[in-house]
This record gives sequence, structure tokens and C-alpha cells, in this order.
Amino acid sequence: MTETTAATEATEYGPDDLVEIEVEVNGTVVREKVPPRLLLSDFLRHRLRLTGTHVGCEHGVCGACTVHIDGEPARSCLTFAAQAHGHRVETVESLAAEDGTLHPVQRAFKECHALQCGFCTPGFLMSVAALIRDRDDLRTASDEEIREQIAGNICRCTGYLNIVAAVRRAAELAGETTHETTPDERG
Amino acid sequence: MSTRQFGARVQRNEDDRLIRGKGRFVDDLPLPGAAHGAFVRSTVARARITHLDVSAALAVPGVLRVYTHADIGPLDQPMPLLIPHPCITHPRTQYPLARDEVFYVGQAIAFVVAEDRYIAEDAAALVEVGYEPLPVEVDYEKAAEPGAPLVHADVPGNIAARLAQRSGDPDAAFAAAEHITKIKVRVERSTAAPMECLATAARWDEVSGELTVWDGTQAPIGLRGALASLFDLDEHKVRVIAPDVGGGFGPKVHFPYANEVLVPWAARDLCRPVKWIEDRAENFVHMTHERGQTHEIELAATKDGIVLGLRDRFLHDTGAFIPYGIAVAQVAACQIAGPYRIPNIDVEFACVYTPTVPVTPYRGCGRPQANFALERAMDRLADELGIDRFEIRRRNFIRPDEFPYTRPNLIFADGLPVTYDSGEYERALDTLIEALDLPAFAKQQEEAWKQGRYLGLGLSFYVEGTGLGPYEGGHIRIHPITGKVYVNTGLTTQGQGHETVFAQIVADQLGCSPENVIVVEGDTGAYDWGVATFASRAAVVSGSAIHNTAVKVRRQVIEAAANMLEANPDDIELADGRAYVVGSPAHSVTLAEIATASNPLRYAFNKAAQSATQFAPAARSDGPPLAPGSHPGIEAVDYYSPPHATWAYGVHGAIVEVDPTTFGITVHRYVCVHDCGNMINPTIVEGQVAGGVAQGMGGAFYEKLDYDEDGSLRNAGFMDFLIPYATEIPDIEILHQETPSPLNPLGIKGVGEAGTIPVAQVIASAIDDALRPLNLPPLWSVPLSPSLLYAHVTAGGAR
Repeated sequence: MTETTAATEATEYGPDDLVEIEVEVNGTVVREKVPPRLLLSDFLRHRLRLTGTHVGCEHGVCGACTVHIDGEPARSCLTFAAQAHGHRVETVESLAAEDGTLHPVQRAFKECHALQCGFCTPGFLMSVAALIRDRDDLRTASDEEIREQIAGNICRCTGYLNIVAAVRRAAELAGETTHETTPDERG
Repeated sequence: MSTRQFGARVQRNEDDRLIRGKGRFVDDLPLPGAAHGAFVRSTVARARITHLDVSAALAVPGVLRVYTHADIGPLDQPMPLLIPHPCITHPRTQYPLARDEVFYVGQAIAFVVAEDRYIAEDAAALVEVGYEPLPVEVDYEKAAEPGAPLVHADVPGNIAARLAQRSGDPDAAFAAAEHITKIKVRVERSTAAPMECLATAARWDEVSGELTVWDGTQAPIGLRGALASLFDLDEHKVRVIAPDVGGGFGPKVHFPYANEVLVPWAARDLCRPVKWIEDRAENFVHMTHERGQTHEIELAATKDGIVLGLRDRFLHDTGAFIPYGIAVAQVAACQIAGPYRIPNIDVEFACVYTPTVPVTPYRGCGRPQANFALERAMDRLADELGIDRFEIRRRNFIRPDEFPYTRPNLIFADGLPVTYDSGEYERALDTLIEALDLPAFAKQQEEAWKQGRYLGLGLSFYVEGTGLGPYEGGHIRIHPITGKVYVNTGLTTQGQGHETVFAQIVADQLGCSPENVIVVEGDTGAYDWGVATFASRAAVVSGSAIHNTAVKVRRQVIEAAANMLEANPDDIELADGRAYVVGSPAHSVTLAEIATASNPLRYAFNKAAQSATQFAPAARSDGPPLAPGSHPGIEAVDYYSPPHATWAYGVHGAIVEVDPTTFGITVHRYVCVHDCGNMINPTIVEGQVAGGVAQGMGGAFYEKLDYDEDGSLRNAGFMDFLIPYATEIPDIEILHQETPSPLNPLGIKGVGEAGTIPVAQVIASAIDDALRPLNLPPLWSVPLSPSLLYAHVTAGGAR
């Protein structure tokens, strides 16, 4: 994020000071007073109890903490909660519909066995959800192309094979293809 | 009829919560009012502590306690040596908090507990520690040389343990040899790097006197025992729960880590919940490491390439302490002869202390090192004798009719001589040859070399002793209200899909859907007989125990249903969650009804209870409602104790290309042929293999913990310690072969570690092959980074 908000601009804060922020999280506007150094990941997880977002490295490398800020994937472990003031945040908890219907990317990960321990999965889901929203060519993209697109997230369990398959499957599901493809079909 | 679930590609039961963000990892659990811990860790490898002042930390508002070794009462003692062995002449384990000296960078010195984690970390930074540094030697080969600085002043030569094992008559074999190949290879130190670091939370209940601990562990039952012992509590007053655990890969089977005793200690001391969540930088210098070994291996062979004898001398880096005993080195020693007959073996190792993070098993547990040593030597032998690499392996395989094949006096981690149970090694090799299309590759390679491109093929054959005992249990109960089948076993899952594969096993016996089988593991409050998850043993040992239990439950269900339907038990079939008389599926009772009717006391809570009363009683008895010797409900427990390990195996091959300018390596194809006996769920098996290969690729190309000469870890983070992203892992082709194990009722062998074992050799072998035109010496170490490869080529005079 390059923008700063009035709340954080040119103000020096001590560790005990609080900043009042207003953030739209998963469609609900949240107003909270937070310490300026509180990470967005901690704000979501511990203040709002949205524990689906995981923290895997705390230095912006592994991507487990990926959320959407104003619709774009972002590392919540490298973002202060105060920076999210005035912005819109979506977490993995927002993917499924209110009636519980899974998002195509969730369905695809389950169908393709694209998760094992599941710790990195929320970050992958958020990255891939943005990807299939933004690109309509993934059904036919090469494995190499898909691998490039998901190279911001680390998974230590799967060897990525099934995640690549899940990206393609998610693209299919999102495109509402009537042609059913077997889950483990790999392009 | 229900279709058989064993062997089917069933989707996972555990996925739904994980993809919805409803996972329940330790730090996800609601624990209102929890205080947070942070450790003060040594920044010096080896030093006397001259000064320790916590006053500034204690003065920080919000800090509740700062513990040093002096403040932790009975906890201030060396942690247990979990697996003793007579060969460990100088066992040393660490204190939860360092006393007057430190032994590695990262060792815990103090534990700060505060209102939140931010405050705890602020305060930890204010703890003053004075060090008087002592000389160190970080490299285990040099640490084992005379005159090297000592890690422990009273451990001469830094040698913790030394074990020599001889099988057959190796001296005679070497005397009779027509050719001897001798090489020295080295595998570097690495770390498992599970995506969830270590994590512990604890709550002390003052009223009941019960301690509850949530911990990211592979061994909750073991940890419960350790805590009961240290806290002087009855085991039933300690409940350890491993909830969802974000990857394990071995280091989480080690216990107790400092956090696992100090977090409960603080929770009891403060009478409020306490949690500690390890961060990634900390994980690098705290959670145990593995892999550092140097092997000097010799093969005594005939001119035809028949290996008569093997001699291996290796050094194993155990770090500053040896809490898990010789497990890693022993497993390496026992796998050193691989799939080959080699009847005469002389293997000896020494475990060397270095001032570094302690070493315990990491996926593969010594097998990757042993495989690298043996298979590098087999490649070398083939080259020296002018025999094709595939052919020389073929000539030495144990044949299918030679099983069971025992290596007398080579004692495995279960205390028994190595005995391979079954396998078809040559068939696996042929499958690989066909998959790689060797004749076509030979032409491509010739063409490539002519064009100045370096294309090579590598292979590695591995065996893996899996499914170690001593035992696991299975407990099953059918719930009367829902009809769901609840299953417990004592070990835990860290992503291997136990909630699905164990459900498949039970579903086959009870004729229900795997979705209606609920597997609950890792909670000593639910079930507490068992061992832990390690050594690729869960499917074999718990799977068999659960199968045995399910067979008993099936009998109970059929007996009860026969009574209820007033039919002969032989005529009862189970399918779709019901029991019915063969030929008349409409005349049936549900599992809920059967479970309800099997309890003499039943309230009419629901439909199942109401309808159960319409049938004849589930038990026929003229005496009391519960006949002597019977029990209420549908419930059973059984166990499985393997006679010895089952031996899985496989062969991997790859075609790689080395860029002569950048020394980047492209893997064009990577093929795995593997055999883990009968597969419960091929999709999950493939996931295990692929994940294992990816970790193997990390070890082959990137992952080396880089200690500087003073003992500081230079790459303690994902920025510097490179683990593969999707862009670093090629497509992995997986071919199955199923040779049932004769040792267990389901014919299964383990697969958890398999993928990792052979990868380093496959890559080294392929690069050697690619660079043949340059006439270089072979590669004797991993990881094979481009810079290492450049140095190798330059040193070889080829550039």
C-alpha cells in the first residue's frame, strides 16, 4: 500500500498511544482503537477473532497471512492495522457465501487435494481468488505460468503439484463450465 | 452394496474446516485472558553467563513474570534423554533455561510473560545477559578431531556416542573383493520448516487441579507423561491436546521443548491461561535440526559388480545435546545397504557434539544421508567397472523369492534385526526405465552434448523401514443419537489425512460413508494409549489397530442387528449406514438404532430411539438387562503391534539440464516409482510422495543452515534460507506399485517420508551424467547450488 491516511500521517505515536481506525472487514465496518504498531494480522486474528488468516513467517515471505486490501492481495503481517484505516479488508472467512456455499477456489482445493496441514491454505486461497478473478486464461495456461502466479506463497506439505491443478480447476469452476472435469486431471 | 473405500480416492474429511478458515491451530483457539510469553535466547554459541539482570524487563508495565532457571523449582533439571542406548557414553541434555553457561545460539535463558506478546517481546529485549565467550568449532568433522574446543568440558573429543555394527563377515568380503570403491560424501544441516512454528498454550484449573495444554506436537501422550512427571501430577490431571498442527516433519515429535514445560508452569503460577507462539526467526534457532552427516563408504565387489561387502564410517552432527539419542544415526546405519543383497556389512558411526541447535529426526531421519552415500557409491562402482548404472543395481537386488530378508546383527530402532518383508525391486526399476524411455533419452543426450548442452539422467533406489512399533490402539464407538462412528487413536496428524484414511478403513467394516466416521486424535482426554507420529508409522500401526477394532465392532453390529431383525447373523449385511437381511434391504435398522438398542437404558430423545423400541431387543438375555461379560452400546478397543518394521521402497529418476553459463539446473522430468504396499487412498499417497520430493528438492538444491565460524546462524529466516516455491518444483510423475506387506492385516507400508529420501542422489547423479563430457570428478555433497556447481566445474579445470 502506498497510501497513508490522515490518522497516521505525520503523527508520532508512543507505544502506549492508541489510534482510532475504521476498517471495513468482510463487509462490516469495524471501529477500534489500536496501538500504532499493531499488525493487521494480529488485529484480524486476535482483536476480531478472524483466525483463518495465519502467520507463517512474520517477515512477508511465506504468504500465509495474505488478505485482500481494497480487493488486492496483501501481506497482513507487513501491514499495520492503522494502515488499513479507511480501507476494505477481506479475509478467508469471506470466501464462502453466507449460506455456506464454497467459493470456486475452496471447492477446487478440496477436490484436488491441494492442502495437507492447511496452515498455508488461507493465504493461497486469497491469492488464487484474486488471480482467477483477474484472469480468464488460466484454464489453458501452462503449468509454468500458473506456478509463476502462485510463487508468492510457500507450502511445505504438498510439493505444489495439486495446488497447480487446483488453480486450473478453480478457473474452470469460476467459469461455470458445464463440462465436468475429474478432480485429479492435470493439464 | 457399498463400494470398497480402502483404495478409493476419497476426498478429505478434514478439508472443510481448513478451507473455510475454521482451522483450530494453537494460536487460533479462543483463550480469553491469556498472557503471552517470549524467550530471551542466547546470542553467543558457547559462553559462561557472567551476568543476568531481569530488573529492567520486570519494570515494563504489563510484564507479569520473568523466569530464569532459579525461578522454576523442579523444572530446573536436565530434560530427559528420551531414547537411551548403551552406546551413548556421554549423554547430555539441556535445562529448560540455561544455568551458568550456554551451548548454542538460540538456547533459552529467560522466559518473560506479559499481558500481550508485544510487551513480552519488548521486555525480553531488556533482559541483560553478560557472556564470557568460549572457543567453538562449529563443523562436526573438525569438532571430532583431537584438540578441538569442547562443547561440554567433560565430554572428551566431543563424542556423545559411538556404535559399531557388523552383519556377516565384512573382513572376509573385503579380502575376497576384486574391486573396492571408496568415496566420502557429505550432506548439510537443514531444518524442517513446517509452516506453523512451535506453539504452546496452557490453562491451570485451580478447582479441579487439572492442567490442560494445547501444543503443536506429534507426541501428546509422551508430553503428558513428561508434564505429569515434572509437575508431580497424576497423568489424568494433565490433558495434552494437539489440535490442528501446521506440518510436523519430525522435529515436533521431540519433547519437551522449553516452551512445553514453561508455558504450563507460568499458567499454574499465574493462575491464568498463558500462550507462547514461536516466530519464524526463533524457529530457526530453537526447533531441532537434522541432516549433517559425512560418510566414508566402501563397496567390495566382484568385477561383475556384485557387491560382497560394505563398510561405512560416518560422523553424525548431533548439535549441542542428544535428547533423542542416536535415532537418526541408527536409522541411517540400518538403511545403508538399501535394496541390495550385500550380505556383509560393517557400519560404525560417532555422534559429535557441536555448539549448534540440537539434532533430532526430520523427515527421512538419516535415510537421505544413507541413501546419498550408498547410491553415490553404486554410481561410482558402476563407472569404475564400466557397467551401466541400471544394470549394476539389477545385479544386486534382493529378489522377490528371498523375502523375508534379514541382515543379522544390524539392529534397527525397534531393537530388532533389519528384516525386509516384501518387495519387487527389479519390477520397479523396469517401470522407471520404461517411463524415462532410456533409448530415446540416450539419443537426446548425444544430440544435446553435440550442441553444447548438458543433459543428464539420474536415479536413486531407496528402501525405508516404516511402521515401527511398539504399538498403537484404536477405539471405536457408534453414537446412539447421530449414528456417527467415532474413532480414536493415540497418535496425531499434521496434514497426512488421518481423518480420512482411518475413516475409510472403518467405513469398509461398518458399511457406512467415510464422512460419517469422525476420527479424533491427539487429545489425551479422549484416548491415551499409544505412541506418536514418526517413522512413517501412522497408517501401518494405527491403521491396523483401527482395522482390528472395526472388525470387532462389525461383529457387535451384526449380532445386535440379527437380534433386532430376528435373523441369522450370517444373513446380515451392512451398507449405507444400515444393517439388513440379505435379499431384503427394506427390512433394515440404522447404525443409530442399533447403537441405541444396544444400551439397556434409553430415553426416547429422538427418532432412532423411538424406532429402536419397535424392534426386538439388541441383546438376547434371560438374566439382567446387561448380560454378564457384555457392555452397553456398540464400542470396542483393539491394538496392533507390528512384529517388526515393514519396508517400503521405490526408485526415482530425473532428466536434468545444466546451464553452462549460469549453472542453473532445470529438471525436465522427475519420475517416482514407489511401493508402499496396499494404498488406502492413492490421492493422499501421491500428496505424501510429492510433498516429500519437494522437501528433498529443497535439500538437494537450496537448504543449508549456514553457521558462521562463531556459531551464529547466518540464514535464520525465509529471506536467506531458501525453501522451494512452486516455481522451484517441477512436475512430479508418480507411478504406483503395490506389494502387500505380509505383516499386517491390510498389507500396508508407510509412505510419509519416502519422497524425501532419494532426491539428493537423483539430482547429483543426473548432474554428473550431464557433465560427463567435462571429465569432472563426481559430486560428493549437497545442496548443489549454482555457486557450488560453478566451483566444482572450475576446480575440475573444465572452465
